[in-house]
Amino acid sequence: MSAGFLFVAVFLACTVEAVEALTIVLAVGLTRGWRAPAYGTGAALVLLAAVVAALGPALKLIPLHIIQLVVGGLLLVFGLQWLRKAMLRSAGIKAKHDEDAIYKKEVEKASGSAKAAGAFDAYSFRIAFMGVLLEGLEVAFIVLTFGTTQGNIPLAAIAAGAAIVVVVAVGIAVHAPLARVPENMLKYAVGLLLTTFGTFWGAEGAGAKWPASDASILVLLAILWVASLGVVYLLKRSQQTSAGSAAAQSLAREMSQP
Amino acid sequence: MILKWIRSFAFFWYDFVVGDDWRLAIGVVVGLGLTALLAHATSVAAWWVAPIVVIVVLVGSTLLAGRKARKA
Repeated sequence: MSAGFLFVAVFLACTVEAVEALTIVLAVGLTRGWRAPAYGTGAALVLLAAVVAALGPALKLIPLHIIQLVVGGLLLVFGLQWLRKAMLRSAGIKAKHDEDAIYKKEVEKASGSAKAAGAFDAYSFRIAFMGVLLEGLEVAFIVLTFGTTQGNIPLAAIAAGAAIVVVVAVGIAVHAPLARVPENMLKYAVGLLLTTFGTFWGAEGAGAKWPASDASILVLLAILWVASLGVVYLLKRSQQTSAGSAAAQSLAREMSQP
Repeated sequence: MILKWIRSFAFFWYDFVVGDDWRLAIGVVVGLGLTALLAHATSVAAWWVAPIVVIVVLVGSTLLAGRKARKA
């Protein structure tokens, strides 16, 4: 493998991993605010740097599948909770802003409005932290494996750094247009993304081999999206049916009265 | 005092991980457990198990919540 090919291979592999981490951070930041995901990302990067510095090439000995299984399983549980709520909101069964209103009310009641405005979102912190840590570890593995086999770890590290810089720049460019998307649509998308990544990593950590490798993520996303839209359609239809029969019953009662 | 702290710590994690519907968390454990079983104990491809379990659990839990909301 030439130096150019090593650079391109590491750059592309790390771009895929960085896009996955960026997707999670963007999704959480856009729906719940940027402060906690930013701290989560920073904390994950610090921990990552410490782990890489302390362990170096020995990092290859840590079983990645265990991390994938735990992080994937947790993301899957969180994603399913988000997606279920967003589907119920889309179908008109759950109020669109109920949780925010309840949360704000509870926090204000507990500690006053000044603290409520600056309350730290531990949930967003954890999601961003886990996503960035897992993808960061994968980037570290790529750099160490490609770099060690080709005897050029510095070039592999430069390629990984370039990939991260490019992906972060793209993320900064797209976050403003994304912020104009309606809130529940974003929450729906976050639920879909967390469920997709959770299923992918969780199954991979459990020992499954995806037929199309990382490209399976897009297929999974499409299948989950179609399935969720089907459920929203069914819920809306049954809502309309029950509303129609209630109106018919009330009309019949009115007509039967003298 | 310690018992109260342990109880609130346990409740926080239960609420954080399990959330609104415990069936979702059970579904994830079952789905990933079946995937691991199939991947390590047989020669059958295991990648399809988790997506199917996830979709069944999601559809079931959401439709159940919809039915409960109509009855309420």
